[in-house]
Amino acid sequence: MPHKTFFWFFFPTGLAMILFIGLPIVSSFFQSLHIETEQILMEVENCDPFGCETNVRVDLEATAKLKEQNPLGRFNGFGTYADRNHLAFDEIGEAWKSSSSMSDFKDIVLNLPFYKALLFTLTFCFAVTPPVIILGFFVALSINTLAKIMKGPTIFGAILPMIVTPLIGSLVLFWMIDSQGIIGATIQILFDDQNLSLKASSNLTWITLIIYGIWHNTPFAFVVFYAALQTVPHDPIEAALIDGASRFQRVRYIVIPHLYPVATFIMLICLMDNFRVFEPIIGFSAEGVAQSLSWMIYQDLRNENKMLFGSAGATSMLTIVGIAILLTPVLIRTWREFRTER
Amino acid sequence: MQNELLIEKVHFARKKYLGGNKMKNIFYAIIFSLVSSGLFAADPCNVSSGKINILANEFTTYRIFMDEVQSCAGSDADFSVTHSVDHNKLQVAALSANPAEFSAKLVTNGSITPLMNEGLIRPLDDLVAKYGDNLNENQKITIDGKIYAVAFMANAQHLWYRESILNDLGIAVPSTYEEVIAAAEKIKASGKMANPYAGAFKSGWNLGQEFVNMYLGHGGEFFKSGSAQPNVNNAKGVAALNVIKRLTELSNPDFLTQDTNAVKEEWESGNVALMHVWNSGAASLLDDEGDQAIKADTRLAPSPSVGGGSKPATTLWWDGIGIATNTSDENAEASFRALVGAASSSELANNNPNATVWLIKGYTPGDTAGPVVDAASRGATPYPSFPHMSLMHGALSAELVEFLQGNESAEKALADVEAAYIAKATEQGFL
Repeated sequence: MPHKTFFWFFFPTGLAMILFIGLPIVSSFFQSLHIETEQILMEVENCDPFGCETNVRVDLEATAKLKEQNPLGRFNGFGTYADRNHLAFDEIGEAWKSSSSMSDFKDIVLNLPFYKALLFTLTFCFAVTPPVIILGFFVALSINTLAKIMKGPTIFGAILPMIVTPLIGSLVLFWMIDSQGIIGATIQILFDDQNLSLKASSNLTWITLIIYGIWHNTPFAFVVFYAALQTVPHDPIEAALIDGASRFQRVRYIVIPHLYPVATFIMLICLMDNFRVFEPIIGFSAEGVAQSLSWMIYQDLRNENKMLFGSAGATSMLTIVGIAILLTPVLIRTWREFRTER
Repeated sequence: MQNELLIEKVHFARKKYLGGNKMKNIFYAIIFSLVSSGLFAADPCNVSSGKINILANEFTTYRIFMDEVQSCAGSDADFSVTHSVDHNKLQVAALSANPAEFSAKLVTNGSITPLMNEGLIRPLDDLVAKYGDNLNENQKITIDGKIYAVAFMANAQHLWYRESILNDLGIAVPSTYEEVIAAAEKIKASGKMANPYAGAFKSGWNLGQEFVNMYLGHGGEFFKSGSAQPNVNNAKGVAALNVIKRLTELSNPDFLTQDTNAVKEEWESGNVALMHVWNSGAASLLDDEGDQAIKADTRLAPSPSVGGGSKPATTLWWDGIGIATNTSDENAEASFRALVGAASSSELANNNPNATVWLIKGYTPGDTAGPVVDAASRGATPYPSFPHMSLMHGALSAELVEFLQGNESAEKALADVEAAYIAKATEQGFL
């Protein structure tokens, strides 16, 4: 494609990306460098049904004046990035000095909010993505061999988990695993333990969330694999058949190599999606034991208080950096393949 | 620096209790009565112009109240209400927009501070003078001499118990948390119930509130005298956490996911014999739906004290109406009229005497008001209304879970609370 044609072809998409993705990222970055202006307090007398008392309140006029001077808030540089709720450099430095063993140090670090969230996010990512790819592949293979008349309804059934809104899907499952729900009660009977509850321990909650993640994401992998399966050339397969290759051999030596680039694509998208895991945490009321980076951003903006734009902006930036780091190996690999094909 | 001095002064003034307040109140009361009797009393109901759009918490008493608001607004009114248990999380964002998403918000002494901090609710003196003839003086919530909210009910968390179960096992009604724990252990040992105790321990606001109750019950103060510096990592905080831990061990293992509504369902299913929830729960627990045998067996008791203290380990709350700053005067007036019509309807109060403790004029308290009155008379403190209290509550909400799961010590959890609070308070400009 000539460069000029490509430019005009890409222009509308590029413009939309700059407007709706690029600029907000720049704005979040600027916001993350600032914290709120100082709150000026004043003494007031409050009366309610329980009596009167002297208290303090925020002096709105004085605070508004400060805000007018600095609409973005006080400049804090990378202070927010370094504070305890984010990268926590001071706390980690101290932990390094004070901890006696490596596991001690690890405990302290993983107790900090950002690293706690990062640990869950990465665990979720790496526990969900491989099973999604493998399961999606097998579902696609199986459905591809079905009789034509059966294909439609089966495909519909198979992509249902993706169609169901994540929040609804997780809520349904949440009620089913309740100690009085069908799955929860069955598990209690099976293990003969009245106190066994999937919601009570962090490990079981994590496993539940991961199983939900696999259930929800598999249809995506399936759809892409299924589409790719339609493009597998017939000639080599027929040739292999004549040579007496078994079904396993045909899949192993013809289908899988053909689908390899597609698998890379699915892995990229899945890693990106799962790094932003959020809805299941809300749906499963799992905030107590499983926090993700997206949940941290939500918490900063919905914390029963003022919205902490600086803190949310910093976490957003760190999430973007995280996704970039996560995808680099895959992208480098794709780039190499692209080069060698030339 | 300036802030610290101010807060110090306030702590001092609170301790010595200002006698002058009462005089000032009476003075205001006289002024208001003069103003209002001089005017022709306007009927707040039957609103025909303006838009009424209310954000409110979700529980039965509020539903009852909102039905009255809607009927007061009349059939011509453009009326809508959003009930959400996440109302606290929505309110600041929703009312910051201009025009605001909602014209009115049902506030409490807890949720009003974030709104006041940002100036998101407006003074109501004019509207009260115009439509507030039938309000009690103590319904008017004044801050710095201006009315910012009109309260319609008082609420507190207190003990509930199943009489037959306590009687069968010969257990006296517990009056301290130590007795509650002993009673729950006895019920558990008897095999009647696997998890006899329940409280709203859902991680988040509810769990934070449980600590607030227990810490105040131990006589704790959330901030160092004279500053916005946190003060929870001490012996009282540890003691409070240990009591909560014992209680959760006697609760359903899913306690971290159970909010007040979930606890009430547990109660109505007959799984629980002792619980510490809101007085307003009576509206759904004592209604005609559900298992009537359990309802007949349900008793209310005062909130227990803890750790040898005399104060009950609970907080006093009022619930009232606030009107958004960022809404047109027309919408504000329409919303205020409908809401204040309900907030001064003795009919509403006396038709639902047990739905809560109404503050409405002409209300004769029902059988269930006792525990709230008891809490007030035994010196329970109102929920702290410092501008930075919601930050402390937020830190408590997030950092106590690991202790309750046995993954870290009480001291570590409280140190985390303080560190999380400091990080957020610094970012918000309080420290």
